[in-house]
Amino acid sequence: MATGLTLKELSKKEDLFTHGHRMCAGCGAPTIVKMALMATEYPVIAANATGCLEVSSCISEYTAWKIPWIHTAFENAAATLSGVETMYRSLKKQGKIDKEVKFIAFGGDGGTYDIGFQSLSGAMERGHDMIYICYDNGAYMNTGIQRSSATPLGADTTTCPAGSCVPGKLRPRKNLTKIMAEHNIPFAAQASPSHWMDLMKKVKKAHEMPGAKFINIISPCNRGWRSKTNDAITLARTAVNTCYWPLYEIENGVTKITFTPKEKLPVVDFLKPQGRFKHLFEQGNEWLLKAMQEEVDREWAKLQAAEKCGC
Amino acid sequence: MKQKGWRDLPPGSVVLEGGSAAKFKTGSWRAFRPVWIEENCIQCLFCWIYCPDMAVKVKDGKRAEFDYDFCKGCGICALECPGKKGKKAIEMAEEGK
Repeated sequence: MATGLTLKELSKKEDLFTHGHRMCAGCGAPTIVKMALMATEYPVIAANATGCLEVSSCISEYTAWKIPWIHTAFENAAATLSGVETMYRSLKKQGKIDKEVKFIAFGGDGGTYDIGFQSLSGAMERGHDMIYICYDNGAYMNTGIQRSSATPLGADTTTCPAGSCVPGKLRPRKNLTKIMAEHNIPFAAQASPSHWMDLMKKVKKAHEMPGAKFINIISPCNRGWRSKTNDAITLARTAVNTCYWPLYEIENGVTKITFTPKEKLPVVDFLKPQGRFKHLFEQGNEWLLKAMQEEVDREWAKLQAAEKCGC
Repeated sequence: MKQKGWRDLPPGSVVLEGGSAAKFKTGSWRAFRPVWIEENCIQCLFCWIYCPDMAVKVKDGKRAEFDYDFCKGCGICALECPGKKGKKAIEMAEEGK
Protein backbone atom coordinates (compact mmCIF):
# COMPACT_ATOMS: atom_id res chain seq x y z
CA MET A 1 0.00 0.00 0.00
CA ALA A 2 1.27 3.40 -0.96
CA THR A 3 0.72 4.87 2.48
CA GLY A 4 2.64 2.09 4.22
CA LEU A 5 -0.30 1.72 6.56
CA THR A 6 -0.98 -2.00 6.65
CA LEU A 7 -1.58 -3.74 9.94
CA LYS A 8 1.18 -6.22 9.15
CA GLU A 9 3.74 -3.46 8.65
CA LEU A 10 2.45 -1.40 11.58
CA SER A 11 2.64 -4.39 13.93
CA LYS A 12 6.41 -4.43 13.50
CA LYS A 13 6.69 -0.98 15.06
CA GLU A 14 7.39 -0.47 18.74
CA ASP A 15 4.38 0.44 20.89
CA LEU A 16 5.06 3.96 22.11
CA PHE A 17 2.17 3.72 24.55
CA THR A 18 2.73 0.56 26.57
CA HIS A 19 0.49 -1.92 28.33
CA GLY A 20 0.19 -1.66 32.09
CA HIS A 21 -1.64 1.68 31.95
CA ARG A 22 -4.61 1.88 34.28
CA MET A 23 -7.38 2.97 31.87
CA CYS A 24 -10.63 1.01 32.38
CA ALA A 25 -11.08 -2.29 30.55
CA GLY A 26 -12.58 -1.56 27.14
CA CYS A 27 -11.74 2.18 27.07
CA GLY A 28 -11.44 3.80 23.64
CA ALA A 29 -8.71 6.30 24.48
CA PRO A 30 -5.61 4.01 24.65
CA THR A 31 -6.46 2.65 21.20
CA ILE A 32 -6.64 6.21 19.87
CA VAL A 33 -3.27 7.13 21.40
CA LYS A 34 -1.70 3.93 20.10
CA MET A 35 -2.95 4.65 16.58
CA ALA A 36 -1.97 8.33 16.67
CA LEU A 37 1.60 7.59 17.79
CA MET A 38 1.95 4.79 15.27
CA ALA A 39 0.95 6.98 12.34
CA THR A 40 4.24 8.80 11.92
CA GLU A 41 7.94 8.01 11.63
CA TYR A 42 9.01 11.30 13.22
CA PRO A 43 9.91 11.53 16.90
CA VAL A 44 6.92 12.95 18.77
CA ILE A 45 6.66 15.09 21.90
CA ALA A 46 3.29 15.03 23.65
CA ALA A 47 1.51 17.22 26.15
CA ASN A 48 -1.45 15.82 28.02
CA ALA A 49 -4.24 17.79 29.61
CA THR A 50 -5.54 16.44 32.90
CA GLY A 51 -8.21 13.84 32.28
CA CYS A 52 -8.71 10.08 32.24
CA LEU A 53 -5.80 9.53 29.87
CA GLU A 54 -3.37 11.57 31.94
CA VAL A 55 -4.26 10.28 35.39
CA SER A 56 -4.34 6.64 34.29
CA SER A 57 -1.25 6.58 32.11
CA CYS A 58 1.12 8.11 34.66
CA ILE A 59 0.43 6.85 38.16
CA SER A 60 3.13 7.21 40.81
CA GLU A 61 6.45 5.96 39.41
CA TYR A 62 4.91 4.26 36.39
CA THR A 63 4.39 5.83 32.98
CA ALA A 64 2.92 4.21 29.90
CA TRP A 65 4.60 6.71 27.57
CA LYS A 66 7.84 5.96 25.78
CA ILE A 67 8.07 9.46 24.30
CA PRO A 68 8.84 12.83 25.92
CA TRP A 69 5.58 13.67 27.64
CA ILE A 70 4.45 16.58 29.75
CA HIS A 71 1.47 16.64 32.05
CA THR A 72 -0.34 19.94 32.22
CA ALA A 73 -3.37 21.19 34.10
CA PHE A 74 -6.86 20.80 32.68
CA GLU A 75 -6.88 24.14 30.90
CA ASN A 76 -3.50 24.56 29.30
CA ALA A 77 -2.29 21.58 27.26
CA ALA A 78 -2.30 23.70 24.10
CA ALA A 79 -0.53 26.62 25.81
CA THR A 80 2.14 24.36 27.33
CA LEU A 81 2.83 22.64 24.04
CA SER A 82 2.96 26.05 22.31
CA GLY A 83 5.82 26.90 24.65
CA VAL A 84 7.63 23.63 24.01
CA GLU A 85 7.23 24.09 20.27
CA THR A 86 8.49 27.67 20.42
CA MET A 87 11.55 26.56 22.41
CA TYR A 88 12.20 23.86 19.80
CA ARG A 89 12.04 26.45 17.00
CA SER A 90 14.42 28.73 18.91
CA LEU A 91 16.93 25.91 19.57
CA LYS A 92 16.73 24.94 15.92
CA LYS A 93 17.45 28.52 14.85
CA GLN A 94 20.43 28.62 17.22
CA GLY A 95 21.75 25.44 15.63
CA LYS A 96 21.53 23.48 18.90
CA ILE A 97 19.13 20.93 17.47
CA ASP A 98 18.76 19.67 13.92
CA LYS A 99 16.27 16.85 14.32
CA GLU A 100 12.78 17.14 12.84
CA VAL A 101 10.41 16.73 15.79
CA LYS A 102 6.59 16.71 15.81
CA PHE A 103 4.21 17.78 18.55
CA ILE A 104 0.89 16.36 19.70
CA ALA A 105 -1.34 17.59 22.52
CA PHE A 106 -3.90 15.14 23.89
CA GLY A 107 -6.97 16.30 25.76
CA GLY A 108 -10.33 14.87 26.72
CA ASP A 109 -13.52 16.68 25.81
CA GLY A 110 -13.71 18.42 29.20
CA GLY A 111 -10.15 19.71 28.86
CA THR A 112 -10.73 20.70 25.24
CA TYR A 113 -14.33 21.83 24.69
CA ASP A 114 -14.68 23.60 28.04
CA ILE A 115 -11.76 24.20 30.37
CA GLY A 116 -8.94 24.25 27.82
CA PHE A 117 -10.93 26.08 25.17
CA GLN A 118 -9.25 29.47 25.48
CA SER A 119 -5.69 28.11 25.41
CA LEU A 120 -6.59 25.84 22.49
CA SER A 121 -8.13 28.74 20.59
CA GLY A 122 -5.03 30.83 21.27
CA ALA A 123 -2.62 28.13 20.11
CA MET A 124 -4.63 27.53 16.94
CA GLU A 125 -4.79 31.25 16.15
CA ARG A 126 -1.05 31.71 16.70
CA GLY A 127 -0.46 28.76 14.39
CA HIS A 128 1.98 26.72 16.44
CA ASP A 129 3.26 23.71 14.52
CA MET A 130 1.39 21.00 16.38
CA ILE A 131 -1.60 18.66 16.32
CA TYR A 132 -4.20 18.90 19.04
CA ILE A 133 -6.03 15.59 19.41
CA CYS A 134 -9.23 15.60 21.42
CA TYR A 135 -10.51 12.18 22.49
CA ASP A 136 -14.17 12.95 22.90
CA ASN A 137 -16.08 10.66 25.25
CA GLY A 138 -18.83 13.18 25.76
CA ALA A 139 -18.61 14.03 29.49
CA TYR A 140 -16.18 14.45 32.40
CA MET A 141 -15.78 10.70 32.78
CA ASN A 142 -12.70 10.86 35.00
CA THR A 143 -14.40 12.82 37.78
CA GLY A 144 -17.68 10.92 37.66
CA ILE A 145 -19.63 11.60 34.47
CA GLN A 146 -20.52 15.28 34.74
CA ARG A 147 -21.96 16.98 31.67
CA SER A 148 -19.60 18.84 29.33
CA SER A 149 -20.36 20.86 26.23
CA ALA A 150 -19.55 17.69 24.24
CA THR A 151 -22.35 15.75 25.96
CA PRO A 152 -25.08 14.96 23.42
CA LEU A 153 -28.66 16.08 23.76
CA GLY A 154 -30.72 13.90 26.09
CA ALA A 155 -27.77 12.09 27.71
CA ASP A 156 -28.05 11.22 31.38
CA THR A 157 -25.10 12.49 33.42
CA THR A 158 -24.63 13.10 37.15
CA THR A 159 -25.09 16.87 36.72
CA CYS A 160 -28.09 16.58 34.40
CA PRO A 161 -29.66 13.37 35.70
CA ALA A 162 -32.65 12.07 33.79
CA GLY A 163 -35.66 11.98 36.06
CA SER A 164 -38.95 13.71 36.71
CA CYS A 165 -37.47 17.24 36.39
CA VAL A 166 -35.26 16.97 33.29
CA PRO A 167 -34.93 14.23 30.66
CA GLY A 168 -31.09 14.41 30.67
CA LYS A 169 -29.12 17.17 28.96
CA LEU A 170 -31.36 19.76 27.31
CA ARG A 171 -28.83 21.33 24.99
CA PRO A 172 -27.20 19.83 21.89
CA ARG A 173 -23.45 19.38 21.78
CA LYS A 174 -21.02 21.99 20.59
CA ASN A 175 -19.50 21.41 17.16
CA LEU A 176 -15.87 21.94 18.11
CA THR A 177 -14.34 20.63 14.89
CA LYS A 178 -16.15 23.35 12.92
CA ILE A 179 -15.20 26.01 15.50
CA MET A 180 -11.55 25.00 15.17
CA ALA A 181 -11.78 25.06 11.36
CA GLU A 182 -13.11 28.61 11.66
CA HIS A 183 -9.73 29.58 13.14
CA ASN A 184 -8.49 29.25 9.54
CA ILE A 185 -6.07 26.51 10.50
CA PRO A 186 -4.71 24.33 7.68
CA PHE A 187 -6.30 21.11 8.93
CA ALA A 188 -9.25 20.19 11.13
CA ALA A 189 -10.75 16.73 11.06
CA GLN A 190 -12.98 14.19 12.76
CA ALA A 191 -11.94 10.57 13.12
CA SER A 192 -13.00 7.35 14.81
CA PRO A 193 -10.87 4.46 16.17
CA SER A 194 -13.15 2.00 14.35
CA HIS A 195 -11.82 3.38 11.06
CA TRP A 196 -8.15 3.01 11.97
CA MET A 197 -6.78 3.61 8.48
CA ASP A 198 -8.72 6.87 8.12
CA LEU A 199 -7.57 7.98 11.59
CA MET A 200 -3.91 7.26 10.92
CA LYS A 201 -4.00 8.85 7.47
CA LYS A 202 -5.37 12.03 9.04
CA VAL A 203 -2.68 12.12 11.73
CA LYS A 204 0.04 11.40 9.14
CA LYS A 205 -1.28 14.09 6.82
CA ALA A 206 -1.55 16.61 9.66
CA HIS A 207 2.08 15.98 10.67
CA GLU A 208 3.23 16.81 7.13
CA MET A 209 1.52 20.22 7.20
CA PRO A 210 3.05 23.22 8.91
CA GLY A 211 0.87 25.13 11.36
CA ALA A 212 -1.77 24.24 13.92
CA LYS A 213 -3.94 21.21 13.29
CA PHE A 214 -6.93 19.84 15.18
CA ILE A 215 -8.32 16.29 15.14
CA ASN A 216 -11.43 15.34 17.08
CA ILE A 217 -11.74 11.60 17.75
CA ILE A 218 -14.74 9.83 19.25
CA SER A 219 -13.74 7.74 22.26
CA PRO A 220 -16.42 5.39 23.62
CA CYS A 221 -16.48 5.12 27.42
CA ASN A 222 -18.34 2.11 28.75
CA ARG A 223 -18.56 3.55 32.28
CA GLY A 224 -20.10 6.84 31.27
CA TRP A 225 -22.07 5.61 28.29
CA ARG A 226 -23.42 2.73 30.41
CA SER A 227 -22.62 0.25 27.69
CA LYS A 228 -20.85 -3.12 27.62
CA THR A 229 -17.08 -3.32 28.08
CA ASN A 230 -16.60 -4.97 24.69
CA ASP A 231 -18.48 -2.56 22.43
CA ALA A 232 -16.20 0.50 22.25
CA ILE A 233 -15.18 -0.08 18.64
CA THR A 234 -18.64 -1.25 17.56
CA LEU A 235 -20.25 1.85 19.09
CA ALA A 236 -17.70 4.13 17.43
CA ARG A 237 -18.50 2.43 14.12
CA THR A 238 -22.24 2.84 14.68
CA ALA A 239 -21.67 6.53 15.49
CA VAL A 240 -20.02 6.89 12.07
CA ASN A 241 -22.67 4.84 10.23
CA THR A 242 -25.54 6.83 11.77
CA CYS A 243 -23.73 10.09 10.84
CA TYR A 244 -23.79 11.09 14.52
CA TRP A 245 -20.00 11.26 14.14
CA PRO A 246 -19.29 11.88 10.44
CA LEU A 247 -15.72 11.38 9.29
CA TYR A 248 -14.51 14.45 7.44
CA GLU A 249 -11.61 16.81 7.13
CA ILE A 250 -11.41 20.53 6.42
CA GLU A 251 -8.14 21.23 4.66
CA ASN A 252 -7.41 24.92 4.12
CA GLY A 253 -11.12 25.68 4.27
CA VAL A 254 -12.18 22.92 1.86
CA THR A 255 -14.46 20.28 3.35
CA LYS A 256 -14.07 16.66 2.33
CA ILE A 257 -16.13 13.78 3.69
CA THR A 258 -13.65 10.92 4.05
CA PHE A 259 -16.19 8.18 4.68
CA THR A 260 -19.81 7.96 3.55
CA PRO A 261 -21.77 5.09 5.11
CA LYS A 262 -23.24 2.64 2.58
CA GLU A 263 -26.55 2.91 4.36
CA LYS A 264 -27.18 5.77 6.79
CA LEU A 265 -28.54 4.09 9.91
CA PRO A 266 -31.11 5.76 12.19
CA VAL A 267 -29.50 7.43 15.21
CA VAL A 268 -31.56 5.11 17.46
CA ASP A 269 -29.10 2.32 16.57
CA PHE A 270 -26.38 4.37 18.27
CA LEU A 271 -28.50 5.38 21.28
CA LYS A 272 -30.12 2.02 22.08
CA PRO A 273 -27.07 0.10 23.40
CA GLN A 274 -26.20 2.98 25.76
CA GLY A 275 -27.70 3.17 29.24
CA ARG A 276 -27.26 6.93 29.32
CA PHE A 277 -30.02 7.20 26.69
CA LYS A 278 -32.28 4.54 28.25
CA HIS A 279 -34.90 7.09 29.35
CA LEU A 280 -35.30 8.39 25.78
CA PHE A 281 -37.17 5.23 24.93
CA GLU A 282 -39.74 5.81 27.69
CA GLN A 283 -43.14 7.28 26.98
CA GLY A 284 -43.19 11.07 26.79
CA ASN A 285 -39.60 11.44 25.59
CA GLU A 286 -40.23 10.70 21.90
CA TRP A 287 -39.65 14.36 21.07
CA LEU A 288 -36.04 14.04 22.24
CA LEU A 289 -35.38 11.10 19.92
CA LYS A 290 -36.94 13.10 17.09
CA ALA A 291 -34.88 16.18 17.97
CA MET A 292 -31.74 14.05 18.07
CA GLN A 293 -32.42 12.56 14.61
CA GLU A 294 -33.23 16.01 13.20
CA GLU A 295 -29.99 17.45 14.58
CA VAL A 296 -27.93 14.61 13.06
CA ASP A 297 -29.72 14.94 9.68
CA ARG A 298 -29.25 18.71 9.66
CA GLU A 299 -25.53 18.50 10.42
CA TRP A 300 -25.02 15.76 7.83
CA ALA A 301 -26.89 17.77 5.17
CA LYS A 302 -24.80 20.85 6.02
CA LEU A 303 -21.63 18.81 5.69
CA GLN A 304 -22.66 17.38 2.32
CA ALA A 305 -23.58 20.85 1.09
CA ALA A 306 -20.22 22.20 2.25
CA GLU A 307 -18.41 19.44 0.39
CA LYS A 308 -20.43 20.08 -2.76
CA CYS A 309 -19.75 23.81 -2.87
CA GLY A 310 -16.08 23.31 -2.00
CA CYS A 311 -16.19 25.42 1.13
CA MET B 1 2.09 -8.30 42.09
CA LYS B 2 3.66 -6.77 45.18
CA GLN B 3 3.10 -3.04 45.65
CA LYS B 4 6.14 -0.96 46.55
CA GLY B 5 6.46 0.59 50.00
CA TRP B 6 7.54 4.20 50.54
CA ARG B 7 11.15 3.13 51.10
CA ASP B 8 11.33 1.54 47.65
CA LEU B 9 10.03 4.56 45.76
CA PRO B 10 12.32 7.24 44.32
CA PRO B 11 12.07 10.56 46.21
CA GLY B 12 9.02 12.50 45.05
CA SER B 13 7.85 9.42 43.14
CA VAL B 14 9.77 10.73 40.15
CA VAL B 15 9.40 8.65 37.02
CA LEU B 16 12.90 7.48 36.10
CA GLU B 17 12.27 5.64 32.85
CA GLY B 18 9.82 5.69 29.94
CA GLY B 19 7.29 2.93 29.44
CA SER B 20 7.72 1.67 33.03
CA ALA B 21 4.00 0.88 33.20
CA ALA B 22 4.97 -2.37 31.46
CA LYS B 23 6.16 -3.51 34.91
CA PHE B 24 2.66 -3.04 36.30
CA LYS B 25 0.59 -6.08 35.43
CA THR B 26 -3.10 -5.44 34.94
CA GLY B 27 -4.05 -9.03 34.09
CA SER B 28 -5.59 -9.56 37.53
CA TRP B 29 -8.46 -7.20 36.58
CA ARG B 30 -9.81 -9.82 34.22
CA ALA B 31 -13.07 -11.69 34.85
CA PHE B 32 -13.30 -13.22 31.37
CA ARG B 33 -10.31 -14.41 29.38
CA PRO B 34 -10.08 -14.32 25.58
CA VAL B 35 -9.13 -17.66 24.06
CA TRP B 36 -7.47 -17.73 20.66
CA ILE B 37 -8.57 -20.51 18.31
CA GLU B 38 -5.79 -20.62 15.76
CA GLU B 39 -7.55 -22.68 13.08
CA ASN B 40 -10.25 -20.00 12.71
CA CYS B 41 -7.73 -17.12 12.55
CA ILE B 42 -7.38 -15.31 9.22
CA GLN B 43 -4.47 -13.12 10.43
CA CYS B 44 -6.40 -9.87 9.91
CA LEU B 45 -4.78 -8.43 13.07
CA PHE B 46 -7.93 -6.46 13.96
CA CYS B 47 -7.61 -7.81 17.53
CA TRP B 48 -4.14 -6.34 17.69
CA ILE B 49 -5.05 -2.87 16.39
CA TYR B 50 -8.24 -2.56 18.49
CA CYS B 51 -6.80 -3.91 21.77
CA PRO B 52 -6.71 -1.01 24.27
CA ASP B 53 -4.18 -2.82 26.44
CA MET B 54 -1.60 -3.85 23.85
CA ALA B 55 -2.17 -7.41 25.07
CA VAL B 56 -2.16 -9.14 21.68
CA LYS B 57 1.30 -10.28 20.68
CA VAL B 58 2.33 -10.19 17.03
CA LYS B 59 5.58 -11.75 15.84
CA ASP B 60 6.91 -10.92 12.35
CA GLY B 61 3.48 -9.78 11.20
CA LYS B 62 1.80 -12.97 12.46
CA ARG B 63 -0.68 -13.28 15.29
CA ALA B 64 0.81 -14.87 18.44
CA GLU B 65 -0.69 -15.63 21.87
CA PHE B 66 -2.46 -13.17 24.16
CA ASP B 67 -0.41 -11.41 26.80
CA TYR B 68 -2.42 -12.47 29.84
CA ASP B 69 -0.21 -10.39 32.14
CA PHE B 70 -1.91 -7.28 30.77
CA CYS B 71 -5.23 -8.30 29.20
CA LYS B 72 -8.08 -6.77 31.23
CA GLY B 73 -10.63 -9.03 29.57
CA CYS B 74 -12.75 -6.29 27.97
CA GLY B 75 -13.71 -8.56 25.07
CA ILE B 76 -13.27 -6.02 22.25
CA CYS B 77 -11.05 -8.50 20.35
CA ALA B 78 -13.69 -11.24 20.51
CA LEU B 79 -16.44 -8.90 19.31
CA GLU B 80 -14.38 -7.44 16.46
CA CYS B 81 -12.94 -10.80 15.32
CA PRO B 82 -14.35 -11.62 11.86
CA GLY B 83 -13.27 -15.27 12.14
CA LYS B 84 -13.36 -17.82 9.36
CA LYS B 85 -16.65 -18.99 7.76
CA GLY B 86 -18.69 -17.58 10.63
CA LYS B 87 -16.52 -19.21 13.29
CA LYS B 88 -14.82 -16.74 15.63
CA ALA B 89 -11.12 -17.09 16.28
CA ILE B 90 -11.46 -15.47 19.71
CA GLU B 91 -13.94 -16.55 22.35
CA MET B 92 -14.39 -15.31 25.90
CA ALA B 93 -14.20 -17.84 28.73
CA GLU B 94 -14.91 -17.15 32.38
CA GLU B 95 -11.81 -17.06 34.57
CA GLY B 96 -11.46 -19.82 37.15
CA LYS B 97 -13.63 -22.27 35.25
